[in-house]
Amino acid sequence: MANVLVVTSGKGGVGKTTSSAAIGTGLALRGHKTVIVDFDVGLRNLDLIMGCERRVVYDFVNVINNEATLSQALIKDKRLDNLYVLAASQTRDKDALTLEGVGKVIEELKQNFEYVVCDSPAGIEKGAHLAMYFADEAIIVTNPEVSSVRDSDRMLGLLASKSRRAENGEEPIKEHLLLTRYNPERVTKGEMLGVEDVEEILAIRLLGVIPESQAVLKASNQGVPVILDEQSDAGQAYSDSVDRLLGKEMPHRFLDVKKKGFLQRLFGGSE
Amino acid sequence: MSLFAFFRDRKKQNSASIAKERLQIIVAHERGLHSQPDYLPQLQKDLLEVIRKYVPIEQDQIQVELENQGNCSILELNITLPDR
Repeated sequence: MANVLVVTSGKGGVGKTTSSAAIGTGLALRGHKTVIVDFDVGLRNLDLIMGCERRVVYDFVNVINNEATLSQALIKDKRLDNLYVLAASQTRDKDALTLEGVGKVIEELKQNFEYVVCDSPAGIEKGAHLAMYFADEAIIVTNPEVSSVRDSDRMLGLLASKSRRAENGEEPIKEHLLLTRYNPERVTKGEMLGVEDVEEILAIRLLGVIPESQAVLKASNQGVPVILDEQSDAGQAYSDSVDRLLGKEMPHRFLDVKKKGFLQRLFGGSE
Repeated sequence: MSLFAFFRDRKKQNSASIAKERLQIIVAHERGLHSQPDYLPQLQKDLLEVIRKYVPIEQDQIQVELENQGNCSILELNITLPDR
């Protein structure tokens, strides 16, 4: 049975699209046929992060309006055989997505894919609601910062009350916390909320901690999901998170301050 | 960092723990609000209108709370009437 995963946060700019791209790619890397769906109608960006922006011909809204078939709209990844992207529309019509239309497309995707990763827009309006409505599991992307944590908690409340599973009285959506832009150095100095603090407040299972990393911007500049940068800390942290999502026990890395070597101390230098 | 700043900083609570405290309070408060039924704010407004027909009271002098106890809910209404 296919698994519908929503990547959501409430707050904008915390790394939803970066995480959707990384986790979707990670699932495909591990042999699962995966599609990543951009729900941010009017402000699509997943195509840029995945590096397929010039190959978008038809989008999500075209499929809902029967202007294109799903197979015409799905963009096959150039690097991985079992990875696809469904781009959001750039229309300004905010009612372009309907509950019925989205439900139909998700059902069809579930027939053909093992994982359907829904990249939610920011906010709690229609797009965000539709992105999480059909989900079986949710990844809550949170930065260790007050406004992001508060919005994540609000989002958890909505997942528990306004999703299809909640409305039908089914088993609740499985929730995972993904803490991004984490800076161990500042946590040690008492300048940033630590993993335990955020876990204690939100009280959901920790999927992973992604360190603040220069690799993320570098990856987005190039249109390559950061998980494919296997040398980078962020790439490795995403890779561990995908393993945990698939049920593997992995120790959390990158939570402590990196000790500087003698030469690094002597010459400084950037990481 | 000067010696003076060192001692001053030590006395001050670090900003991460302030953030945690503030979050714990606001999150607990908002979880309470959102578990209330959607009709509660409107009910409060309507009750206020009815009571204002007879007694002049302000918005903050009426408190409506819904408490869940097992399989029944209790609607608690607190109205502070002005001095006569």
